Amino acid sequence: MATEQARIRVRPGYRPDVLSMIGLTLVGVVALWLVVNFIKEPADFYNLFLIGMTNGAVYGLVAIGYSLVYGILELINFAHGDVFMLGGMLVATLTTSWALESKSGGTLWLFILLMLLIAMAFCATINTTIELLAYRRLRNAPRLAPLITAIGMSFILQNIGLVWKGARPTSVPDILPHGTVFTLGGIPYTWNRFIVILFTVPVLTALVWLVQRTRHGKAMRATAQDREAAAMMGISVNRTISFTFFIAGCLAGAAALLYALYITNIRYTEGFRVGLIAFTAAVLGGIGNLPGAVLGGLVIGFVESFNNGLGWHAPGSDWTQSIIFGILILILVFRPEGLLGERTPEGA
Amino acid sequence: MDIRDAFRRYRPGFERETTRRAKRAAIAGLPAFLILAVTGSMGLALIIATIVFIALYVPAWDSLPLGHWIVTLSVILLAVLYPFYYPNLFELPIFGAFPSVDTGVTMLIYIMMALGLNIVVGYAGLLDLGYVAFYAMGAYTAAWFASQHFSNVTFHLGGVGSFGEKSSVPGIHMTIWLVLVFAGIFTALVGIIIGFPTLRLRGDYLAIVTLGFGEIMPQIANNGDNLLGYNVTNGPQGINPIDPPGFGNTLHNAVGLPSDYLSSPTSTRLFYWTALVLVLFTVFCSMRLRDSRLGRAWIAIREDETAAAAMGVPLMRTKTWAYAAGAFFGGIAGAYYASFKSGTFPGDFYFNISVFILCMVILGGMGNIWGVILGGAFLSYLNQEGLANIGAWMNANGVSDAVFGHDIDVPLYTSGIFGVILVLTMLFRPEGLIPSSRRKAEFREGVSDEPLYDVQH
Repeated sequence: MATEQARIRVRPGYRPDVLSMIGLTLVGVVALWLVVNFIKEPADFYNLFLIGMTNGAVYGLVAIGYSLVYGILELINFAHGDVFMLGGMLVATLTTSWALESKSGGTLWLFILLMLLIAMAFCATINTTIELLAYRRLRNAPRLAPLITAIGMSFILQNIGLVWKGARPTSVPDILPHGTVFTLGGIPYTWNRFIVILFTVPVLTALVWLVQRTRHGKAMRATAQDREAAAMMGISVNRTISFTFFIAGCLAGAAALLYALYITNIRYTEGFRVGLIAFTAAVLGGIGNLPGAVLGGLVIGFVESFNNGLGWHAPGSDWTQSIIFGILILILVFRPEGLLGERTPEGA
Repeated sequence: MDIRDAFRRYRPGFERETTRRAKRAAIAGLPAFLILAVTGSMGLALIIATIVFIALYVPAWDSLPLGHWIVTLSVILLAVLYPFYYPNLFELPIFGAFPSVDTGVTMLIYIMMALGLNIVVGYAGLLDLGYVAFYAMGAYTAAWFASQHFSNVTFHLGGVGSFGEKSSVPGIHMTIWLVLVFAGIFTALVGIIIGFPTLRLRGDYLAIVTLGFGEIMPQIANNGDNLLGYNVTNGPQGINPIDPPGFGNTLHNAVGLPSDYLSSPTSTRLFYWTALVLVLFTVFCSMRLRDSRLGRAWIAIREDETAAAAMGVPLMRTKTWAYAAGAFFGGIAGAYYASFKSGTFPGDFYFNISVFILCMVILGGMGNIWGVILGGAFLSYLNQEGLANIGAWMNANGVSDAVFGHDIDVPLYTSGIFGVILVLTMLFRPEGLIPSSRRKAEFREGVSDEPLYDVQH
């Protein structure tokens, strides 16, 4: 790990002061653009802000999964997005087969909660199985080997999704209530959006508690820091890594439920798309850093919604993907440790 | 020196050489025998197996002039003559007929791209997940310089076939040979531009950034019909038709070379042979590059970057060259493919193509030219014809019914099958089917990327 630190620090030919000036100028231009847009159309701005926050929370949940796994294995788990997609498909199936659109009130919430548990268990099972079958054997292989395996796994899962639900988007019945929670600048914030936040905050709190306060969390942090030393201290490294994949899978399941119910459709390619966005979010926030992942998710959510919706000189939804990847590239080139990360990606 | 000493010194090498040739003969002869025995007559199978055995084992070919090349030359000869004997070939079990010449062209183009990617991934060890960007760049270069896209300019250079040299058809129309060179150089430049900021990143971060570029490229192609007010890529409709390859009317009349591949009666064969020449060119360049000073620097970087830098290998320059070289061949392949398909569309350049080409390199054997050719040929064949044939066979013979209970559409599972190939290769034979010995050692023993005190769990 010490060598890793040295590697990142040695970046010949670059002067950090010039770099940070370029970065600050970019941020300044973006801020100016936002302010002008806000002055021109405040109502639009509020609306997009609320949309961005909701999407961003979902991205954040998926991003934590990437961050956890990267923190402990230094592996970009490409398959994570597709695990999320399969979870979404399960939710679509359950919602239809339980006929949830005809239910309301307490029964509905009970069923949604049950569905959440099932989706979490489902995604966690897939994620742990992948780790067991594919990544575990490659613990001591060169770093590219597990990465390539992860890409392969992602393709397999995507194909499963394609065979399961077909190439067209599967629509999910819109079962969430649409009542107003509060209004911001005349724009109502509806329950179906608020629910995403309502789920994300406790999940995140529980996760931080788990990682910071419990024995399992301690084992995870130790394994992330130094696998050998952790093994010597009596930590079962394999079980800890499995547990990490389990948690990541649970988060993917929760995100899948929220995404499917809120967006109300899911397609087999969605996993790859959301996965890449979430990975960008994780890198943006500082990979391996849990609050950073959520912050990154929110930022990407805002970027996406503002770019899609703002009227004044926005590139428009045709370019969203390119802008997000542009951010990814800029972050990796200029500030590989991310917004909140330390110089080395070492655990939570 | 004592004669017995000399003899003793000679023998081990001699034995190795003999076993090596015997192994080679067995490897080549056995499948030939099995295939023929299953499909054709036993007698023919025996004869062919014997010929293969004699050709590869018995004579000391290596001592003859050109002896080292005998296997290579026979393979090239077989490939060149393929359009002639292909109609008379027997049917394979399960796989069905041999690939058509048309599929052959696509296979060769994919082999070329795989060889280009092999320079980046196999030699220099930089995982590039956005190789499709270079393919797209090459295809669009062909579209710009050899179509009616820029219809407000009329420019002809070595014009092709029906257009003639002095035709007044609008647009830029250059001869394909120039376009290929342009595409190569232009794509290499793009490779350098992409590589410059990103190549300082390591391993998986580099992979992600290249993936990002690979995703941005089709989006630019898709939205490029109004790029700052200019129609650069014609958006989702793509640019077509693109001029076919050809030598122009002057050469046609003087030497009899085909003026225009498309209007020639043997059009597919011409496409095939040209693609074959391009592949041979790529193979030649790959070999020479591998053995050059630059190639050795790539391998040094792949094995241990820190040590290579300490030995005076300029990291950034060497990596950028790897990128440029890989991009060069990707660009040429892309331009030729666009000319072959007579069009280029943004939908052709998605991530799965990058992974598809990566899969060829990995399955065949990273860093080994012959392995990559084998991987490329096999996987692109599977993608083009093989999977459909296998599916038809499974459905016709009741295999699908027995296993799945109903007929299945095997091409639907293409991406899953490629995923399985990637995973299984990485788990059980990470060095690929035909590995280069160095790569094998790296995968089996690990590289210094790992800490020295690494323990087994």
